[in-house]
Amino acid sequence: MTETEIRETIIRGLSLIAPEADFEELLPTENIREELDIDSFDFLNFLIGLNENLGVDIPEDDYEKLVSLDDLIKYLSTRIH
Amino acid sequence: MADFIMPSLGADMTAGLLVAWRVEEGDHVENGDIIAEVETEKGVFEVEVYASGLVEKLLLQPGSDKVPVGTVLATINTGSAETTARPLETDTRLRVSPIARKMAAEKNIDLSLVKGTGPQGAICLADVEAGSGRGPKEKVSSSPIELKKTTDFQAGMRQAIAAAMSLSNREIPHYYLATDIDMSNALNWLKEQNRNRSIKQRLLPVVLSLKAVAKTLTKIPELNAIWVDGQLQLQKEIHIGVAIALRGGGLITPAIHHVDQLDLDQLMAALSDLINRTRTGKLRGSEMTDAGITVTNLGDLGVQTVYGVIYPPQVALIGLGKISERPWAENGMLGVRQVLTATLAADHRAGDGLLGAQFLDALNKCLQEPENL
Repeated sequence: MTETEIRETIIRGLSLIAPEADFEELLPTENIREELDIDSFDFLNFLIGLNENLGVDIPEDDYEKLVSLDDLIKYLSTRIH
Repeated sequence: MADFIMPSLGADMTAGLLVAWRVEEGDHVENGDIIAEVETEKGVFEVEVYASGLVEKLLLQPGSDKVPVGTVLATINTGSAETTARPLETDTRLRVSPIARKMAAEKNIDLSLVKGTGPQGAICLADVEAGSGRGPKEKVSSSPIELKKTTDFQAGMRQAIAAAMSLSNREIPHYYLATDIDMSNALNWLKEQNRNRSIKQRLLPVVLSLKAVAKTLTKIPELNAIWVDGQLQLQKEIHIGVAIALRGGGLITPAIHHVDQLDLDQLMAALSDLINRTRTGKLRGSEMTDAGITVTNLGDLGVQTVYGVIYPPQVALIGLGKISERPWAENGMLGVRQVLTATLAADHRAGDGLLGAQFLDALNKCLQEPENL
């Protein structure tokens, strides 16, 4: 999967949780949870979505590494088979 | 014969819009069946009927006009069977809220003619306001009273919340207590649990707190109660309201039923389901009315301590702040622990500080033993 495809999957997942957000405006280094006002339930649902779409199971200890879009893309691209 | 009336889906609700019927005339209904969909400022809800029998007449058609809480919407022929309405006290004294009694006196309204829609048939302010236009033998007219339409949903919700919070502040003498809870044990235990779980089954810390609240209420039931007509009415079952924020603004506090009987996995699933249905507008009437206490969790934001406003007619609100690393002194030594500040806002008519302190103390002890939750 290319980085662009990964990014698209991430944005699609985020848009399910924050449908009113403008993803064009979201900078790749911004804190996603703060910018999109996502709580812990939303975040968990988002990760479950990623698990279903990309087959990547993200352990709890890694949640704090996933702050920005860049973080997510980098993390996922090394783990997708 | 039983009446199905426009229900009150919260202390702030004065009127509702009948959106759809889920039954037809002649259908058989059982106590607890969904009979209609009603829209309020808080959204659309599936409403249950509390009688069993045949739907005799649907008196109102779904339309664009709201009708006051208490308006008879349909009649149910219960036949020779007893109406299985919600259990009423055998005490025949008229249950009226103090503010309703005051307004009735001011407007010269005979309370025995007013239909009560509050808990267990209690007459609340909305009932008196609705009844102020009616004469003794008059049934509610078929042309509903024109009420101000709020086309902006957010504005409508804010109005409803403002009304409820003002009412709460006016009527309920709040007292506040706070306690810091060391969540190290609980979080370590949770981490271990989640390590063995797939992502779909992982538990969030709030689930531990909710279960702990339920468990504590089995020991201190006075805070799982409603205040009606100057009396404390303990709730037999533990249904906990959860404050859920809506995207774009607004707050709803639907209840999870029988929290004490759910294990942590079931509770996580129930909470998840409730949050999803809240955000997609698929809540049920019973979820809006059955809570005996509410928990508000602002832990995802940076808020350490929550001083909340009790949602009438409940008598308590538990506030959970953010679990954060804080310096912690114990046994003469200083360390760092994961700490949660839990607050209790309680109705001083229903109990005093000692009761509240006992509750928070018991809650703390519960959370020190997560394996027993």
